[in-house]
Amino acid sequence: MSPTITAPNQPIPEVSRRTFLASLAASTLVIAAGTNGNRALAWAMQDADDNLPFEPNLFIAIDTAGAVTILAHRSEMGTGIKTSLPMVVADELGADWDRVTIKQAIGDARLGSQNTDGSRSIRRFYEPMRIAGATARTMLERAAAQRWNVSPDECKGRDHQVVHEPTNRTINFGDLVADAKSLETPSENDLKFKPKSEHRYIGRDIPIADLDDIVKGSATFGLDLKREGMLYAVIARSPVLGGQPIKVEVREARQTPGVVDIITLPDFTAPHAFQPLGGVAVIATSTWAAIQGREALKIEWSKSDHDTLNSKEHEATLATSARTPGRVVRKSGDAPATIANAQTANIHEADYYVPMLSHAPMEPPCAVAEVTKNAAGEPISCEAWAPTQNPQAAQSQVAQSLGIQPERVTVNVTLLGGGFGRKSKPDYVAEAALLSSELDKPVQVTWTREDDIQHDYYHTNAAMHMQAVVKDDGLPTAWLQRSAFPSIMSTFNPAADEGSGFELALGFTDIPYDVPNLQVENGKAEAHVRIGWLRSVAHIYHAFAVCSFPDELARRANRDPYEYLMDLMGEPRNLDLTGVEYPNHGEPLSRYPFEVGRLRHVTQRAAKLANWPRKLPKGRGLGIASHRSFLSYCATVVEVDISESGSLSIPNVWTVIDAGLVVNPDRVHAQLEGAAVFGASLTMHGEITATNGAIDQSNFHDYRVARMNDAPKRIHTEIIESDALPAGVGEVGVPPFAPALCNAIADATGLRIRRLPLSKHDLSWNG
Amino acid sequence: MITISVNNKKHQLNDDVDPETPLLWVLRDTLGMTGTKFGCGMGQCGSCTVHYNGEATKSCQLQVGSVGDAEITTIEGLEGNGDHPLQQAWKEHNVPQCGYCQSGQIMAAAAMLADNPKPTDDDIDLKMSGNLCRCGTYQRIRAAIHIASASKEASS
Repeated sequence: MSPTITAPNQPIPEVSRRTFLASLAASTLVIAAGTNGNRALAWAMQDADDNLPFEPNLFIAIDTAGAVTILAHRSEMGTGIKTSLPMVVADELGADWDRVTIKQAIGDARLGSQNTDGSRSIRRFYEPMRIAGATARTMLERAAAQRWNVSPDECKGRDHQVVHEPTNRTINFGDLVADAKSLETPSENDLKFKPKSEHRYIGRDIPIADLDDIVKGSATFGLDLKREGMLYAVIARSPVLGGQPIKVEVREARQTPGVVDIITLPDFTAPHAFQPLGGVAVIATSTWAAIQGREALKIEWSKSDHDTLNSKEHEATLATSARTPGRVVRKSGDAPATIANAQTANIHEADYYVPMLSHAPMEPPCAVAEVTKNAAGEPISCEAWAPTQNPQAAQSQVAQSLGIQPERVTVNVTLLGGGFGRKSKPDYVAEAALLSSELDKPVQVTWTREDDIQHDYYHTNAAMHMQAVVKDDGLPTAWLQRSAFPSIMSTFNPAADEGSGFELALGFTDIPYDVPNLQVENGKAEAHVRIGWLRSVAHIYHAFAVCSFPDELARRANRDPYEYLMDLMGEPRNLDLTGVEYPNHGEPLSRYPFEVGRLRHVTQRAAKLANWPRKLPKGRGLGIASHRSFLSYCATVVEVDISESGSLSIPNVWTVIDAGLVVNPDRVHAQLEGAAVFGASLTMHGEITATNGAIDQSNFHDYRVARMNDAPKRIHTEIIESDALPAGVGEVGVPPFAPALCNAIADATGLRIRRLPLSKHDLSWNG
Repeated sequence: MITISVNNKKHQLNDDVDPETPLLWVLRDTLGMTGTKFGCGMGQCGSCTVHYNGEATKSCQLQVGSVGDAEITTIEGLEGNGDHPLQQAWKEHNVPQCGYCQSGQIMAAAAMLADNPKPTDDDIDLKMSGNLCRCGTYQRIRAAIHIASASKEASS
């Protein structure tokens, strides 16, 4: 055993010998020096123990019976990634999927980034997974070649065996394990990847690994974790960010049946980053008793500077900032001068606003932690179980909160009951660790829905100001756009008071329209809540403005919005972003250029699927929007039906994605279906507001999300067949939805929506 | 002392279980039956849906002291091996994404089908709108209910 890592201790399900070996392996592997250029070697182990399975690298274990265990190192929150990446490994390995067991990895830096957000799991790990699989297969092929005394080139791993092609002899993988273990890891240059024609899983619809458990109710989410002797905690947190408990009346709470203890947590110091929020924890023998105990607490909170936040005023402040000249982040030609010299009649301008949003995953944040102490009563290690998108961040935050080394923290990743970015921030895991350390018992911290809605890392509110000078054909000669929003960076640096380059690159600096005079700016904005990232992040508000404004210009010129959009995008080309701060989702533009042709193509396909244009009676309409995000191209057409009294329904949505190579098409379709519903939620209902710094909403009655009866009825999805480098999927369907829906409303009734959500508007019309 | 019947099995609860405790937390924390999920605690999301004498009921809104002689069915007891037509249809359509709300969805759908074996889209939308799915699997849920409805009809 490694002396520095606590052995993972899976509580449920029952530990089979195979999974035991695999979990043992996860904590015992020795990192070999990579000398021959195979990245898989960085994960390789050399172990002389014959009882251990063949583990050519950290991701794969094969035992002598041929059972293959593949490690899933990214978190499963509904995208299917726990299945899709192992599919890639299995395909390259030549494994039979029915004999593959998928095991969820603990947080372990040796596996590479486990931060499951940014729609990048396939993009970043498609190739490493192929290398992992091909490395293992090559070793099995070489072992078989030795056995037969033939050239390894004549041996092919497939269907869970190695075949000697000239003679059709076969040896099962399991029977080669002993020999393969003694072989050297091949260099990466020696690996031959399977051609697409030999893929059995990549590109096919494979059901998710946990499907059966989920429909039986036996799948283990974070909230389902039980440890022997576990206590249950809920925490009262300051209604305003930064408030501290200055007077706590605990008598009644202590008398609540089941309450075991009441503990004041340490206050956080700015920047809050992933630190717990502090507050007063009530610990009890059941979740319900803890909730009841908390009800009985009387707490006086200290004043916080953030109590100045009142959403109505904040909205006006952001709007003013967006209308004030700001920092220029992209410029070509001279848009301000063109606007200044234009006739008023040729200028079109609009102000858009998207309010704060909360993630509200169906499973609220929760975690179990079990801290071990030394004789002096100091914490020495911690094991945690959590639905986390980022187990390595959880590891470091728990370590920081407990004052121990990250290697002493084991983070087990359960299934996530939704994530959407909330569960990238591990504050809640550290809360459980702090309480376990205080109580010397395993502790589960549960966030109630009220905690979740009122203490989230919010998707920020944002104001966008758009100006264009248009010609007779409606097309612009000048375009100026400016956004103002509290930055995510404020969560890590309280002094941050403007949008960062990375946020602006999410759908704003990369505006793909062909306009001779173009200027993109950003204004100042202060944050008074924790700002986080939510499914598709700044793309949501940027796309709302960038994809609504062309529709306004088209209608102003009496032009078909689809035809107009195609003209506005201009010729297929790689967008020239020279001199622009443009992180491109972490990829060089040389590898993943912004290809306007691909954006045009998905737009054409979506219009075609929707049978655009269609003459519809008043009250019904179509709207289109297309947007590149996470290196993928996506277009959406929404059909809306609005009654005269203003009640809205969405009979059809068509979404087309070009995400490059796709591993599990069914899951891509599912993500696009889900994105339409997620988009419908935020467009129709999504609004978080604050009064004197405290969040006004508290649960699903006042923070509404789409239900079956108001969600889009039929969502038609299409994946563009492509062998291009894989790009993002999980978030990509969200950004175009809100503008497509609002453009459809304009089509249906003439009403232009520039401020979300729709629930704040009267949509009624007169026939 | 409270005794409740869950999935045709009687459970005698310890005296320290407050009769006002929502059934949800008794199922999860006392009986260790975690298939029934917590989502909101105020009857808004349906993740905690169980059957109370066959009727879809939000267990976060039902005090354990008021269960009485009623038979409670949870996802764990819906069908022996998890092969209820709805569970099969859910698999056939790959309905779940994260899966968290799906126990509640299946329980709500099962109660509806028992009452109305051939629901229309509108019937389904009406009856299933108490169950939130943040991943947005509604379209597949609707399709799976139709499949289960057809297979139930074929087998009866």
